[in-house]
Amino acid sequence: MTAREIAAQVRSGERSAREIVDEHLVSIELLEPEIHACNLILVEEARAQADAVDAARARGDELGPLAGVPIALKDNLCTHHVPTTCSSRILADWRPPYDATVVTKLREAGAVFVAKTNLDEFAMGSSTENSAFGPTHNPWDVTRVPGGSSGGSAAAVAAGYAPLALGSDTGGSIRQPAALCGVVGVKPTYGRVSRYGLVAFASSLDQIGPFASDVEDAALLLETMWGHDPCDSTSIDSTPEPIRPALLDGVEGLRVGIIDELAGPDGFQPEVLAALDRATTVLEAAGAKVDHVGVPSAAYGLSAYYLIAPAEASSNLARYDGVRYGLRVPADGVAEMNAATRDVGFGAEVKRRIMLGTYALSAGYYDAYYGQAQRVRTLIIRDFERAYEQFDVLLSPTSPTTAFPLGAKAGDPLAMYLSDVCTIPTNLAGAPAMSIPAGLDAEGLPIGIQVLAPVLGEAVMFRAAAALERGLEFTARPKLLEAR
Amino acid sequence: MAHRITHEDVLHVANLARLALTEREVDEFTVQLGAILEHAAQVEALDTEGVPPTAHPLPLVNVLRADVLRPGVDRDEILAAAPEAEQHRFRVPRILAEDEA
Repeated sequence: MTAREIAAQVRSGERSAREIVDEHLVSIELLEPEIHACNLILVEEARAQADAVDAARARGDELGPLAGVPIALKDNLCTHHVPTTCSSRILADWRPPYDATVVTKLREAGAVFVAKTNLDEFAMGSSTENSAFGPTHNPWDVTRVPGGSSGGSAAAVAAGYAPLALGSDTGGSIRQPAALCGVVGVKPTYGRVSRYGLVAFASSLDQIGPFASDVEDAALLLETMWGHDPCDSTSIDSTPEPIRPALLDGVEGLRVGIIDELAGPDGFQPEVLAALDRATTVLEAAGAKVDHVGVPSAAYGLSAYYLIAPAEASSNLARYDGVRYGLRVPADGVAEMNAATRDVGFGAEVKRRIMLGTYALSAGYYDAYYGQAQRVRTLIIRDFERAYEQFDVLLSPTSPTTAFPLGAKAGDPLAMYLSDVCTIPTNLAGAPAMSIPAGLDAEGLPIGIQVLAPVLGEAVMFRAAAALERGLEFTARPKLLEAR
Repeated sequence: MAHRITHEDVLHVANLARLALTEREVDEFTVQLGAILEHAAQVEALDTEGVPPTAHPLPLVNVLRADVLRPGVDRDEILAAAPEAEQHRFRVPRILAEDEA
């Protein structure tokens, strides 16, 4: 059931918010042993929120747009007094003293928080295997990864834990797991959604966004949480153009560009490229003009990203020093305490990125690595600007392959990084992009197609995605759910 | 930029990053960081002569709030989350050795 249907049922009184949340909690309890999408299931909190919605309705109060709708939150979003671990030992027992702005907005909209979801530690990874609390399994095939880093949120929506979830996307961490789990995932324009209360990874790239089972639900969630926030100095101070009024206007005459550099063939699964062809056919049939476009520097996005993101991360994660919050491992001097705490508190991938970033920023290498990566970032932005002179939206696969087996890339960091090759350029450009399910491969695993748009182009991006959704008619569900 | 990362580089960087790595981690990172940096060095291939760096995707200006009192987060709540606190302050191990003090 969609979030829209649930909200309508609660508003009309057809069903109570409590009844709905209890139903979802039953599904979670049943499937969680196999999937492990959650770091924490919020049973009492969710029931209390649902009861508050029902009480508000009984009083005749105006209900919010998401009244009674269960939502799962990625566990790097601060929730007041509720553990927020980032799937890290260093924050395992931390309870934030405040709510993230998005959490506050969703509370006000009447949403019901059912879980804090698993992630790659501090959102660093593409498989949710880098979690201190164990990996999440893909609901379509529990021997495979759900993608990452927001793998818990993607799996939660795919498994019906909640119709909606929040994730964060620094290099593809919403879109790639959305693709691998057969759900819709959106990275909005940088600055469109407040990041106050999102635990920082790479501050010039991080953005919060929605997961949903369809395009309209994703639009509803995004519209509920976006907008200017004085608590986030990178928040865009303008009113967003609403998405839903024109969502179903179609794509007649829309100019769509297929990004040559992100369309294989090397490293791309043939079925993924076939899905891109199907998407092209669907859009053409709906009246769009589809052509190829070059974004030459996009091919260098991955290299630039793996200098820029670790550099920013090494700086952001300096705050975990065993002094103000989180883990402390006692040692004689303060520097020894800092180092011992960080060695025990951080997992291998986080250490690897801190090391990489510290190296890239260190004396003698700064300009050759970080400086050059920042100049390449400018080239990527310029190439996209040129592409958008000729096209309204761009298209590519979301991920070069479908979900890979657990452990397949665990020993090879570079192979893991390559699964974000299609999603990273957008983050570097600060532009929006979203993934929608486009079919299944021969093994029954979902394939995602990515729609990209220029900065602040959410409305046209969603309109194209809605047209694709209608034409692609993706209705498959994980067998795990059909069996029930 | 074709600098091959060494065991000593890794130890130096670990110290800068305040990470007490095990011998095994140092060995692993020497190999892995070398491979990742080799890939990242592809950015070298692009001609960026005269191209300005982008630190941030938006043209940002510093944001100041009005200089008026407003409630902040409760001090005791913040200190309660600290590993160790004393007299409304964060407590840390000794910073200077006695002969330095």
